[in-house]
Amino acid sequence: MSSLTVSGEQVSATPAKVIQPAWVRVMHWINALAMILMILSGWQIYNASPLFGFSFPREYTLGGWLGGGLLWHFAAMWLLMINGLAYLITGFATGRFRKKLLPITPSGVLHDVRAALTFKLGHDDLAVYNYVQRLLYAGIIVVGVLIVLSGLGMWKPVQLYYLVMLFGDYPTARYVHFICMAAICAFLVIHVLLALLVPKSLRAMIIGR
Amino acid sequence: MAKRSFLIPGVDKRLLIKDSIKAMPDFTRRRFIAGGASLGALTLLTGCDVVDSSSAETMLAKVSKFNDAVQAFIFNPDALAPTFPESAITKPFPFNAYYDLDDAPDIDGADWKLEVRGLVDNKKSWTLEELYKLPQVNQITRHICVEGWSAIGSWTGTPLRDFLKLIGADTRAKYVWFQCADKDGYNSPLDMRSALHPQTQMTFKYANEILPRAYGFPMKIRVPTKLGFKNPKYVVSMEVTNEYKGGYWEDQGYNSFSGS
Repeated sequence: MSSLTVSGEQVSATPAKVIQPAWVRVMHWINALAMILMILSGWQIYNASPLFGFSFPREYTLGGWLGGGLLWHFAAMWLLMINGLAYLITGFATGRFRKKLLPITPSGVLHDVRAALTFKLGHDDLAVYNYVQRLLYAGIIVVGVLIVLSGLGMWKPVQLYYLVMLFGDYPTARYVHFICMAAICAFLVIHVLLALLVPKSLRAMIIGR
Repeated sequence: MAKRSFLIPGVDKRLLIKDSIKAMPDFTRRRFIAGGASLGALTLLTGCDVVDSSSAETMLAKVSKFNDAVQAFIFNPDALAPTFPESAITKPFPFNAYYDLDDAPDIDGADWKLEVRGLVDNKKSWTLEELYKLPQVNQITRHICVEGWSAIGSWTGTPLRDFLKLIGADTRAKYVWFQCADKDGYNSPLDMRSALHPQTQMTFKYANEILPRAYGFPMKIRVPTKLGFKNPKYVVSMEVTNEYKGGYWEDQGYNSFSGS
C-alpha cells in the first residue's frame, strides 16, 4: 500500500478537483465491506449443499458453520441492501450514472478493450471513465441488483413469490444467485488489479482527489 | 444572541478543559483499537478469531432477533406456498436428519400417542387411530432445506388449524411447541400465525401411503411456509404456550422464524 503515499509535488500538480465525491467514497467502501462479508458467509452456506462438484476452502468462509454463516449473511444483507439502495437513488438523482456511465457503444467498448489489451489505454483523466470501465461499472450495478433480487427470492420464496417467479423457480434463483456471486468475484479481481496498476484511482477513492 | 458564558462555581475553566483533553485521547485510542481489531478480523486477514468472539455473537444474535421481527411482519397468513403437479414430485424424496436412517425413531403406531399440553381446553391424548379419522387433505409442495437444497413432496393429513380448533386451543397464544421422539429430543417452536396457516398440516401420509419411517412416522408437521428444520418429524407432543422454549436447531443459532 506504499503507493498510497502522496508526495507534495503531486498534490500541487493536481488541481483541487474532486473526482470522487464523498458520498461515492463512503458508499463504495461500505459496499466493499458488505460484499466481502456476503461472499465469505455465502461460501459457508454454499458448502452446506454445494450446487456444483466443489466446495470453498474452509479458511475462506465466514461463520464457522452453516448456522453462523447464515447469521452473518442475513446481518450483512441489511448493510448491502440499504447502502446499495442509497447508492442507486443518489446515483440516479444526481445524474452521476448518466454522466459517468453513458453512453456505452459497442464500437467504443471494442476500441478500448483493444487498447487495454495492448496496454495503450490511457488513464490521464480519472474523472472520465473509458468504455471498458463504463461497461464493467454499469454491468456490476445490474449484477448487484440481480443478486439482491434472487437472494430475497430465495430467502422468502412464499412471501416474495414474485421475485422467485422473476427467475422461474426456486432452484433457478439459486443458480442465478451463484452466477452473480461468481461475476462479482471476477469483477473484484479485475477491479482490484486495475486499481493497483493505477494507484491514483485508488487514492481518489480514498481522499477524493 | 448574547454570548453566554458557562461558569461553574469553584471550577477553573481552563483546568477543566485541560483535564478533558487528557481524558479524551485515551478514550478515542481505545475506541480505535477496538474498531481496528474487529475490522481486521472481519477481513479475515489475520485469521484472528474475533469473528467468533462473544461481541460478534451478541451482535449477530440481535440482528437475528430483528430478522425474526421483519419476517413476522412480512408474513402474510393468506399467501399460499406454490403447489405442483404430481409429475413434479422429487423421486426419491430425500431422507434428511442429523443422524442416519438406521438411528431414526422406530415407533410402534399402536403404542404411540400424541400428547396435547398447555393452553388448550381438551388435554386428552390422541391415538393414531383417532387421528386417522380426522378429515384429511393433500398438498404437493416444495420442502426447502436451510442448507439450500429443495425437494417437492406429496403430503396428506389434517390442517393443524382444524385440530387446534377441535381441541379448543387458545389461538391468541404465541407458539405451538412440538417435541419429537428423535434421539437428543428434537423440538421446535412454531409461531401461532404460521401454525394457523391453511397449508400447515399434521401429516400422516406421504405419496398417499402411510408416512414412512424416513419421513417421520407416525406424524410429521408439514409447514410449507417454513424451512425444513421447522417441520418436526416423529412428533410425540404439542404444547400451546406463550413461552419461547427454544428448539433443537434454534438453540444452536438457526433463525427461529425461518419463514419462506
